[in-house]
Amino acid sequence: MNEPLADGPLIAILVMAVATLVTRVSGYWLMGHIPLTNRVRRTLEVLPGAIMAATIVPIVAKVGPAALVAVVVALASMIVKRNEFIAVGLALVAVTLARAYGF
Amino acid sequence: MTTHSDTRTQAPYWSFAGLAQGARMCGAMVPGTVVFAAAYGTLAAQKGLTLAETVLMSALVYGGASQLVGLEVWTNPLTLATVVSLGIVTAIVNARFILMGATLRPWFAPLPQWQAYAALNGTVDATWLVAVRYRGEGGSDCSVFVGAGLTLWAVWVACAVPGYLLGAFIADPKRFGFDLMLPIFFAAMFVPLWRGTRRAIGWAIAGVVALVVSYLVPGWWFIVIGAVTGSVAGAFIDE
Repeated sequence: MNEPLADGPLIAILVMAVATLVTRVSGYWLMGHIPLTNRVRRTLEVLPGAIMAATIVPIVAKVGPAALVAVVVALASMIVKRNEFIAVGLALVAVTLARAYGF
Repeated sequence: MTTHSDTRTQAPYWSFAGLAQGARMCGAMVPGTVVFAAAYGTLAAQKGLTLAETVLMSALVYGGASQLVGLEVWTNPLTLATVVSLGIVTAIVNARFILMGATLRPWFAPLPQWQAYAALNGTVDATWLVAVRYRGEGGSDCSVFVGAGLTLWAVWVACAVPGYLLGAFIADPKRFGFDLMLPIFFAAMFVPLWRGTRRAIGWAIAGVVALVVSYLVPGWWFIVIGAVTGSVAGAFIDE
């Protein structure tokens, strides 16, 4: 399990592609057989944001104040003006400044 | 099977005009996709992927968030354990496609199966939103969904290249915050996802659980355990 794999990157990319293909077709396939319950539907509604939160929070805790600044600036920028270009740009500037001042 | 209430809509069909309409309808999502693709390319360069591997992953996976999270799990060299992890993480991050695919069933069901399953490969958040809007207006031309999918796919694959080159030639990416592209992007994506507090409580639970798990369990499991716990909890909270 823990030895380096020959052609590792290629195998990994193919595994990721197949995993994604399964998610793309399985819901469609399933709807022809079993109806989604309300509870499952609600779970899947919350899931995208939950994935993001579950990824961000531990990274911020690990990296420290610079990451917190990045996340807060990106979020605030999107709330004020819903534009990904501006949000990412401002967040990167904020991190650069924070790190230049030693955070 | 389902409540097929859309008697006013025609049977599904294909047209070249629909491809163009789909491309137009996803136009607003192009700038965001450009930045997202460039961020992915930058991270891929930092993680030691070759340019060919970077482009191949975008072309075959075509799932932005899953590719960014996948790069977080990525190790150099890769082991069998990591590859298995990558497969599981990818499937979980893309689990929302399961629900999206389910919602396309009433529209695509009359198509020959191979056409429906081929079209489903264009499912990403943006193309699904285009599909929902177009179908909501009574449309039946499946080419609109495919046109949006092909357009964003081309943008997604092509724009990974400048991002990769930027990442490879910047000596100290941390100085400019490029190592934080993933949290920055995810934070920005919360705003369009906002639908009131029930979801937000689920997200908060996900974040807290992930944080605790990240201290207790080695590796990337915190994403999966946190996300599943938070979304199940969110589903049980009343509006």
